[in-house]
Amino acid sequence: MDLTIAGVLTLDGLTNGAIYALLGIATVLIFTVTRILFIPQGEFVAFGALTLALFQTGQVPGTVWLLLVASAAAFLLDLRILLRTPAAPGRSRTVLRLALGQLALPAVIAAVSVWAAPRDLPILLQGLLTLLIVTPLGPLTYRLAYQSIAEASVLVLLIVSVGVHFVLLGLALFFFGAEGFRNPPFVDARYALGPLSLSGQVVAIFIAFVLLMVLLKLFFGRTLYGKALRATAVNRLGARLLAISADAAGKLAFAMAAFIGALSGLLIGSTTTVFYDSGFLIGLKGFIAAVGGGLASYPATAVGALLLGVAESFGSFWASSLKEAIVFTLILPVLLWRSLYTPHHEEH
Amino acid sequence: MKHHSDTLRAAAPDMARRPGGYPVRAAVFALFVAALLALPLLPVPEFWITQLNYIGLYAIVVVGVVLLTGMAGLTSFGQAAFVGLGAYATGVLSVTYGVSPWLGLLAGLAVTACAALLIGPLTLRMSGHYLPVATIAWGLAVFYLLSSIDWLGKYDGLMGIAPVSIGSLVFDTGRSQFYLIWAFALAAMLVAGWLLDSRSGRAIRALRDGTVLAEAMGVNTLRYKIGVFVLAALFASVSGWLFAHFQRSVNPSPFGLHMGIQYLFMAVLGGLGSVWGALTGAAAVKLIEDQLQVLIPALLGRTGSFEVIAFGIILVLVLKYARQGIWSFLDGLAPRARRRRDWAEAAALPVRPKPERGAVVLEGKGLRRQFGGLVAVNDVDLAVRAGDIVGLIGPNGAGKSTTFHLLSGVLALSAGEILLHGRRVDGLPSRVIASRGLARTFQHVKMIPDMSVLENVALGAHLRGGTGPLRSMLRLDRPQERSLLREAEAQLARVGLGEHLHEPAGNLAMGLQRLMEIARALCSDPAVLLLDEPAAGLRHFEKQALAKVLRQLREEGMGILLVEHDMDLMMNVADRIVVMEFGTRLMEGTPAEVRASPAVRAAYLGTEH
Repeated sequence: MDLTIAGVLTLDGLTNGAIYALLGIATVLIFTVTRILFIPQGEFVAFGALTLALFQTGQVPGTVWLLLVASAAAFLLDLRILLRTPAAPGRSRTVLRLALGQLALPAVIAAVSVWAAPRDLPILLQGLLTLLIVTPLGPLTYRLAYQSIAEASVLVLLIVSVGVHFVLLGLALFFFGAEGFRNPPFVDARYALGPLSLSGQVVAIFIAFVLLMVLLKLFFGRTLYGKALRATAVNRLGARLLAISADAAGKLAFAMAAFIGALSGLLIGSTTTVFYDSGFLIGLKGFIAAVGGGLASYPATAVGALLLGVAESFGSFWASSLKEAIVFTLILPVLLWRSLYTPHHEEH
Repeated sequence: MKHHSDTLRAAAPDMARRPGGYPVRAAVFALFVAALLALPLLPVPEFWITQLNYIGLYAIVVVGVVLLTGMAGLTSFGQAAFVGLGAYATGVLSVTYGVSPWLGLLAGLAVTACAALLIGPLTLRMSGHYLPVATIAWGLAVFYLLSSIDWLGKYDGLMGIAPVSIGSLVFDTGRSQFYLIWAFALAAMLVAGWLLDSRSGRAIRALRDGTVLAEAMGVNTLRYKIGVFVLAALFASVSGWLFAHFQRSVNPSPFGLHMGIQYLFMAVLGGLGSVWGALTGAAAVKLIEDQLQVLIPALLGRTGSFEVIAFGIILVLVLKYARQGIWSFLDGLAPRARRRRDWAEAAALPVRPKPERGAVVLEGKGLRRQFGGLVAVNDVDLAVRAGDIVGLIGPNGAGKSTTFHLLSGVLALSAGEILLHGRRVDGLPSRVIASRGLARTFQHVKMIPDMSVLENVALGAHLRGGTGPLRSMLRLDRPQERSLLREAEAQLARVGLGEHLHEPAGNLAMGLQRLMEIARALCSDPAVLLLDEPAAGLRHFEKQALAKVLRQLREEGMGILLVEHDMDLMMNVADRIVVMEFGTRLMEGTPAEVRASPAVRAAYLGTEH
């Protein structure tokens, strides 16, 4: 191996690592706010990449219908709860607000999608539309699968996550079929960096990574919503006493996670062929990075993810058939390190 | 906190059903076994024999999941990988080296045990969710490893594995393998059931809601967690061995992560509260899968493995609305079997030598505990003598319960010394302190709600028995088990719960649960007893009975430290009272002195201005 190959491998690893980092950060975000270990994070990646891919072929992606059905179901559930509680002043306003948010808005997104699909719009607009479709699936997942048992143990929530993973995976197969897609890049450019050559998409990935880290930092540090999420993460009951709704916080966290997932899907869509089940492995690598960060620290997760990406890249160079085995075995030393440095304590 | 009491198994429903369920249950079981024996002899289509073989293979793995997840509250998604280790170990030995399948079984168990012993200790020291996460990664790693190693045949796997044989008896047809598989499946369930109904089983079940209770009962929780994880892996390995010799070939696909998840799904659907839930779940999932594989593609007009969508939805719905699973529903149809009282003649347990009356048994010197900047307990001294009841009172937040946690080793001291029988015990884990003769109850009752009152109390005698899990699984623990249950019954009778032995502990009224905790503490034959608000929730006559028990214990030379808000009771039974306020010791004296103290009055009622 010479320096150029090492450079290529490192760059490649860092690129993948940046994606793992984004997903790992979403995992940490959801876990700290809701105590849910969200296994299906990667499914949003596949949804993002493949929704765009179907737009590229001029079809209406199935995720649009999923959005409609899921929001209608959420609307009915919310309506039922609302009608069961004694009438309070302003109830009709609440119903109207629900209908606007959970029926009208998805309907508009769906209508735009159906209109836009055959029109071969610029890929950036299609990407934007993809984000609009996939992002609401996050809070809808929380609403339909988790909200009514949000107080259950971490273990119960984890098993629910596995169920959600099954559902989303099966739906992805149904919507997109077993064939893989490779999207054209958003930015069709190449830059030279010494002996290395950078594609525009890779640059976009790094920009997205840095931008998201900065935005998250600002969001949590400067905005009221961000502080509400942090408060919920520290103490759910306490946050509730301060009129922060744990469910609203959960939905917000899921929306951010779905957005991050879909965005990652858009970014990798042109660097690799994405299949309906590709998201799972990518998401799990983010998950491992999140575990390395103790499921608590964003910077540690990001660093862990970058290292994981590089290790994977070099692993595939030396022993390509063992690449995945190497990556997933890496969790053992990570856990060893964590178990030595984390004081073990009661979960009470 | 609320959500932590919410576990995968909700407390069993009413147990006050008709007694005398044994004959019915025994008859049903006998019928089931007879049906299994007869089935291959009847003209049942080969298809159903194959399906039943799969159900048996799955059930063996799921028994392990029930032990791990349902009983110990731990979860693994990597059981399929352990199945794979068992299958490939015997596969390689059989195909490449022509070794006997029975040696292959041993090899598979050895490999699996090593793997489980590698992963378990790494993750089980940390909080509960690291294990499932680690096993996901582990499951994937093993799958990719099996798929990429040359001498394991990569994706094609190994073919031409010899059938299992005993002497001239060769299990090479579906019908003969049926007997082999179901013999192992029934044995797995029987052995697991026996384990749960034992000293080790109670310790395993105590792990589910955290480690504080189990440690206070003297259970080495890390060892038990690793043990149950390894055991579940071994069950999976046996299933893999059977699978390899049933299929006569192995390839990586049945050992992937999705199968690992399905094993957990089977356990949840069948019911995590009983080993029979394993069988129910395995059967239900296999049958549902067959139906869905026909139904869904017809419905969607496309072929593909869409049944995962239905599986996922069922899994979420089961967890939301029927967390007890199918088995608990079936179980409710038959009258409940009441445990036979076979321990009346059992040998009494050995009793530890007690300190002389009046000797200091427990002494705290300068006890101090800080949480960040807050000093919860501030240089408190106290001493408990044998045959003495010391009361600990103070307004809410005075640091009484924290003091209890410090003395019993649940919390570590920030500074100070604790002496039990004159020996330093501070810094020791609570199970070691328990083994030296200190027993306690909890302010918020800690118990295993779906286990009977009798068994809950027998958990208290954990350290007075030494029979390990292996003997329990072979049912060789009965003499000692009877002694433990006899002791539990005696202590329950003592606190006035003799009528409630067979009820699930979770069904008791709050006050009675506190009495049960006292009986459990007494079961450990302690020299000093720490009672945290034992009278809360008791009715008047129950309090009087409690006072009588406390006095009787004092007569026997027990040292008692009592936190209680019922001042009548306190003034009645305490010999001396320590008053705490804001973490510091305000005064110590006889009940009369405390009652007369203006400082105490001010602490409780405020001062006049």
